[in-house]
Amino acid sequence: MPATETTQKDPVIVVLQLTGGNDYLNTVIPYNNPLYRDNRKAVGIPDNQIMHLDETYGIPHYMAPLKQFWDDKKLAILHGVGFKDSPRSHFRAMDIWHTCEPIKVGTEGWLGRVAREFDPKKENVVTTVSMGPSLPRSLVVQGVPVACVAGPLERYGFLPTIQGEQRKQVLGRFAQMYQPAVGSGLVMDYMSETGLDSLKGEDILKVAPLKYSSTVQYPNSPIARKLKGIAQVHFADLGTRIFYCDHSTFDTHAGQNPGHGNLWTAVTEGIDAFMKDLREHNHADNVILLMFSEFGRRVRDNGSGTDHGAGGVAFVLGEQVKGGHYGEMPSLKPEHLVQGDMNPNMDFRSVYSTMLDKWLKLNPAPIVNGTFEQPAFLN
Amino acid sequence: MAYQDDIALMSHLMRRAGFGAGRDEIEARVAKGYEATVEELLHPETQPPVDAYTLLRYQPASLLPGGQPPMGNLNWMFYLVNTKRPLEEKTALFWHHVFATGNSKVDNYDQLLEQINIFREKGLGNYRDLLLEMARNPTMIFWLDNQQNHGTAVNENWGRELLELFSLGAGNYTETDVRECSRAFTGWTFETKIPRAPYGRFPWKFEYRPEDHDDGEKTFLGHKGKLNGEDIINIIVQQPACARFICRHLYNFFVADEPQVPAWPIDPPRDPKAIDALAGVFKDSNFDMTATLRVLFNSDFFKNARFQHMKSPAEVVVSTLRLVGGHELPRPGYGELAMNTAYMGQDLLNPPSVEGWHTGKEWINSGSLMARVNFCAEKIGDPSLPGVRAIINRLKAKGNLSPDQLVDGCLDLLGPMVIRDDTKQELAAQAKAWGQISWDSDTNAQLADQRTSQMLQLIVATREYQFA
Repeated sequence: MPATETTQKDPVIVVLQLTGGNDYLNTVIPYNNPLYRDNRKAVGIPDNQIMHLDETYGIPHYMAPLKQFWDDKKLAILHGVGFKDSPRSHFRAMDIWHTCEPIKVGTEGWLGRVAREFDPKKENVVTTVSMGPSLPRSLVVQGVPVACVAGPLERYGFLPTIQGEQRKQVLGRFAQMYQPAVGSGLVMDYMSETGLDSLKGEDILKVAPLKYSSTVQYPNSPIARKLKGIAQVHFADLGTRIFYCDHSTFDTHAGQNPGHGNLWTAVTEGIDAFMKDLREHNHADNVILLMFSEFGRRVRDNGSGTDHGAGGVAFVLGEQVKGGHYGEMPSLKPEHLVQGDMNPNMDFRSVYSTMLDKWLKLNPAPIVNGTFEQPAFLN
Repeated sequence: MAYQDDIALMSHLMRRAGFGAGRDEIEARVAKGYEATVEELLHPETQPPVDAYTLLRYQPASLLPGGQPPMGNLNWMFYLVNTKRPLEEKTALFWHHVFATGNSKVDNYDQLLEQINIFREKGLGNYRDLLLEMARNPTMIFWLDNQQNHGTAVNENWGRELLELFSLGAGNYTETDVRECSRAFTGWTFETKIPRAPYGRFPWKFEYRPEDHDDGEKTFLGHKGKLNGEDIINIIVQQPACARFICRHLYNFFVADEPQVPAWPIDPPRDPKAIDALAGVFKDSNFDMTATLRVLFNSDFFKNARFQHMKSPAEVVVSTLRLVGGHELPRPGYGELAMNTAYMGQDLLNPPSVEGWHTGKEWINSGSLMARVNFCAEKIGDPSLPGVRAIINRLKAKGNLSPDQLVDGCLDLLGPMVIRDDTKQELAAQAKAWGQISWDSDTNAQLADQRTSQMLQLIVATREYQFA
């Protein structure tokens, strides 16, 4: 195994990206605040469908599985997360979350930097596993391998239609054909590296579903399938320290109800199954899960949905998390809004900094490009 | 030998001006001649259009208002796979890369498909007219918030992208120009869209509201006056930077990979003379795309740029489906088929941002490379598909094949491809391990089919196959 320097107890992070701009106000609802009702005439959650977390906030009924984590004090809610001058562009905003560069265009992803810290010599090509077809910018650093798993793990690998005795031979040829050679050029070399890393990753990752058995039934949703894949790789002790997955699209301009509910039902039911699975396999203690979205949405609804906003909410969940509220929801008073949006009052790099410092035991400053206050949601 | 060169050149033309072609078609086009083929490609109206009724019959939901993925992708994929007007469709893809507009915000595939249809109809015409058409296109207006660009409150989104991404490129205007340009487009909006539920949507329609237009004096790129949006576009197209910017896009898309667009103000073009030549004809022809592309396809710099372009996912998927055949009818499952470009990183009608896709090397990561290799290998490895059958039959007609003949034959019919010597040695070693193949008995023929399709799979798995 390449996972020589890691043990089962090394801290692991799972990032679940809520792509599209999750509506903060309908996720953590200030149900006593009259401004909530005033602004959410069309898409407000009725009182009888809100589960109270405390005297101030509630979650919509369609996020019910999160309630137990809250009651068990395993869920940290990070309020007002975002950054100054938040662009209302999904892609620019997501890029900023990924690269920690709010001003210029960044080239390195923050998690790519983490992976480089963990495995500077590139000894393990599955230090980072991303469940999905594209490579999120947060994982990109030149020379740092990322295993992107587009479909089920069982089918991960090159040329799945060639099986049997031929397979080993053909993949051997494949490896030979991808050997880097002097003078073939930068692009061909990059393809060599990518091809050979993925080939190595295949042998490693494929064992994960074979070794897996569980009594936990995951729901039938894309995000639950991704989380199940993550559980399988995590249980196989392959040295993976960073897992990435996403669910979309939270871009609820129109048809927010029932759209937002369907999205969160899938996410929270998936997480519930995932955490049960982790506990059943005694693999829960070294995992924390971060959920974030590129921005929140406009305070006032538009008649059927909500438009792009600024300040949002992030969650960190896990056995070692100190549950509770961190920071506070930005004011909803009209005079405090910025272009109709909540003004972020917690820099997103604060959230990363706590995770890096307290969980992964890394110096956050060079990874998030600066020093930020650390909300104390981890011991 | 000369004939083989003609085949290779025609294959190059068809890969770039279209989505590749099988050997039968290449031979027919060689018989017709290179320049005549270029003319045919430049005049799509001489070829029959795609039969939209077939699409509707199999996939009625592909045209329902507010369809969700993969319905929009499915619709376009049907056109891409079936078109007899390859350059028309390829040019539509080109403009989609430039005027990148996405469902993530527009949330209305009908409107996006309508925009693609404008690219089909006008993409080979006059660039100035197309730019004006985009300025009046409700999908574009909504995508870049110009409906919120009011005489009393300027929104710069469209004004900025018009200059930065659609015409001049960064560094060729000032912030004041952005402001003045945006003022000129105040009041350019569209009829209010109706929320989807429960009655569906009305089609969007351009609307000019004089009462919301800022009719004051403006100064834009040195021109003064009560400029309106159309004046702005007339000024833009006269800028030398505009011709160079659009022609560099053409070069990057049709000829050879350039750095990413944000680097253009810093990095010089790969072939400055080629850009000069294209920009010259673009300007002299009064921004005529057909005239510009005619020069491009007939130029030496184009003819010599073989395999200098990383295939985009759309090129990978469409060229493979057209080569293997059997995917003409939009049967159930076609939507999933169409999503394959997204699995490789190019969700058609849904680019990651208004900047469009990063191309060239940036298409490749571990997941996308695997998706490319596996998609192509799965299709080319299926001898029941008519296009694969046609390749096997051409090889079979040669009789028994030695290992080297198998490799050469497959490389020829998949291109002709040019590959590195060490790559070829590996293919030859594999073929040698199998020994001579022949179709002289049923048992041998079955094995020969299998070996041939495995060799084809191995070839489409090479790095070289990712280039066009």
